Amino acid sequence: MEPMDETQLFPKLPLAEWVEWFEEFLKTYLSGFFDGVTNIIEFVTENFVLLLTLVPPFVLIILVALLAWWIVNWKIGAFALIGLGLINNLGYWPELIDTVALVIISVLISMLIGIPIGIWMSQKNSVQAVITPILDFMQTMPAFVYLIPAVVFFSLGMVPGVVATIIFSMPPTVRLTNLGIRQVDQELIEASNAYGSTTGQRLTKVQIPLAMPTIMAGINQTIMLSLSMVVIASMVGAPGLGTIVYRAVTQVQVGLGFEGGLSLVILAMLLDRISQGANKK
Amino acid sequence: MSKIKVDRLTKVFGKRPKQAVKYLDENKSKDEILEMTGMTVGVNQASFEVEDGEVFVIMGLSGSGKSTLVRMLNRLIEPTSGDIWLGDENVTEMNKEQLRNLRRKKMSMVFQNFALLPHKTIQKNTEYGLEIQGIDKETRAQKAQEALELVGLGNYLDKYPNELSGGMQQRVGLARALANDPEILLMDEAFSALDPLIRKDMQDELLDLQQSMSKTIIFITHDLDEALRIGDRIALMKDGSIVQVGTAEEILMDPANDYVERFVEDVDLSKVLTASHIMKRAESIAVDRGPKVALKLMREYGISTLYVVDKKKKLLGYVTADDAAAAAKEQKGLEEILTSDIPTVHPDTLLADVFVPLSDDKAPLSVVDDEGRLVGIIVRGSVIGALAGDNEALNGDGGVGANG
Repeated sequence: MEPMDETQLFPKLPLAEWVEWFEEFLKTYLSGFFDGVTNIIEFVTENFVLLLTLVPPFVLIILVALLAWWIVNWKIGAFALIGLGLINNLGYWPELIDTVALVIISVLISMLIGIPIGIWMSQKNSVQAVITPILDFMQTMPAFVYLIPAVVFFSLGMVPGVVATIIFSMPPTVRLTNLGIRQVDQELIEASNAYGSTTGQRLTKVQIPLAMPTIMAGINQTIMLSLSMVVIASMVGAPGLGTIVYRAVTQVQVGLGFEGGLSLVILAMLLDRISQGANKK
Repeated sequence: MSKIKVDRLTKVFGKRPKQAVKYLDENKSKDEILEMTGMTVGVNQASFEVEDGEVFVIMGLSGSGKSTLVRMLNRLIEPTSGDIWLGDENVTEMNKEQLRNLRRKKMSMVFQNFALLPHKTIQKNTEYGLEIQGIDKETRAQKAQEALELVGLGNYLDKYPNELSGGMQQRVGLARALANDPEILLMDEAFSALDPLIRKDMQDELLDLQQSMSKTIIFITHDLDEALRIGDRIALMKDGSIVQVGTAEEILMDPANDYVERFVEDVDLSKVLTASHIMKRAESIAVDRGPKVALKLMREYGISTLYVVDKKKKLLGYVTADDAAAAAKEQKGLEEILTSDIPTVHPDTLLADVFVPLSDDKAPLSVVDDEGRLVGIIVRGSVIGALAGDNEALNGDGGVGANG
């Protein structure tokens, strides 16, 4: 036992040891699981990056600009054209592709896991009571902390970056899916029940369609949070724009930092406007 | 045979409701139970029967338990104890599958705030009940169309609920219920969210529809006028208990307790009672008899006016004693002296519409049926008596005494 200093009322609990013991336990008995997850995420991200790299940059820029024009308006379309053109001009195209891959894969996995959990929460108060504190924990724990287990279980590179990003950015999707479904007018739920709907029919025909705007707002939040994880993820070797910013910080290069930061802002604005526009449609 | 039989149906909200039910069996009051256990009695041992094809109104102020009661009938709210008999099926003992079938096929519900799905068109909304039964597209489109035409919205299929006025939205709510062709309609404050004129139209329309459909309707309202207007029978609730069940006349003229009496004291009786409730037997004479016979009859009955009818009992007019005496001297027939241009009312005419014709003539007002036959007369005294709440002014059964 460690010696006590005079501010301690009781001998220190070995909390850190417990957590490490638990980590060791997971590594020993669930290594197959972690390897599987690593392989899947690696496979998906690598192929996604490959796909985006195959398309010539100017084609991709025009496609994104057209998409933004179609979904939002011509102003955002023009912004996409200029913004992505600038990133390309600065020479960060490969990093941009990596970051987009990281964000999109993280968000898709967050939706895949988060929306069903949100739906489950909305159906049972007991589930909500258990999940809500977990979500609070996920969101308030400093994001850096996730890097440690991410590295331990998933080694270095894109995969621990994706995992840490998912943990940090998933809660809004879960929360707002739950909230959106719970906010559906009670009388509509009653009507749906009164006409003899099964639980599945009530969900698919009434609750989820009506909760859709709220769910989409949650996904938008998840996108924004995962962008904010880009720099942190670069610390465990996730490639992308974050790496540039991280390098600029460690080497105190103001110009490089500005370039990397500006590129991230452009990407963030584009993703935000396009996802919000999709929500309105 | 009754369509629905509700037997001691009780709902207690709280942690150990069975405990509260025991107290209710010991005749403890809602307040006592709240104080002792902290549990709220929503509905307290409600028993009633609803006849096939009847409009049964459950009325009470907010918090009286009426909405809870109606929701227990299709178990949107689970009863704590008691039974609901639908023929020989006990709704309270149905499993999930049976309950779903009951809700899909036999009981439809109409809601206070319409409860239309904002993301679906009027047609899709009307189809909802059929859609979840897995009925094919053509059939349900056709049934939805029919139901919407029934409520006068056949041209609004592709509109969305927010494009319609409140009254129209509730018609859609009604069409959605009718599309399932249920035996029973549960209407929870269905017209309460509508403004008064629209509400009255909807009440009329519901009654019209009811004439042709003859559904069994259980209608919840807090509006006494509405209850009196559309209810064949009314159950009045207070603090979760049913305090009186009866026809409008029974509740108005013979309140079961002080609460009912206070509840109904402001009711405009003239808009509830009809001519048939207060009319008296009419003394009449066939037109081919002479004035002397008429005079004799008047003396016999102690009246000064005698109604003259033809062989088919059709009202021709009346003769007064003075006229008859004069005619007897001049050897005239009844036909020549009778006053024929007299106001008449129908047995179903409301008292409110009786005042004017009654004041037009000194003689009692005659009540004639659809074929013009004299079925009774109304004297001023009985109108005033009835409005004053005097039971003796009424024909006991609310029926047409002089007719039968």
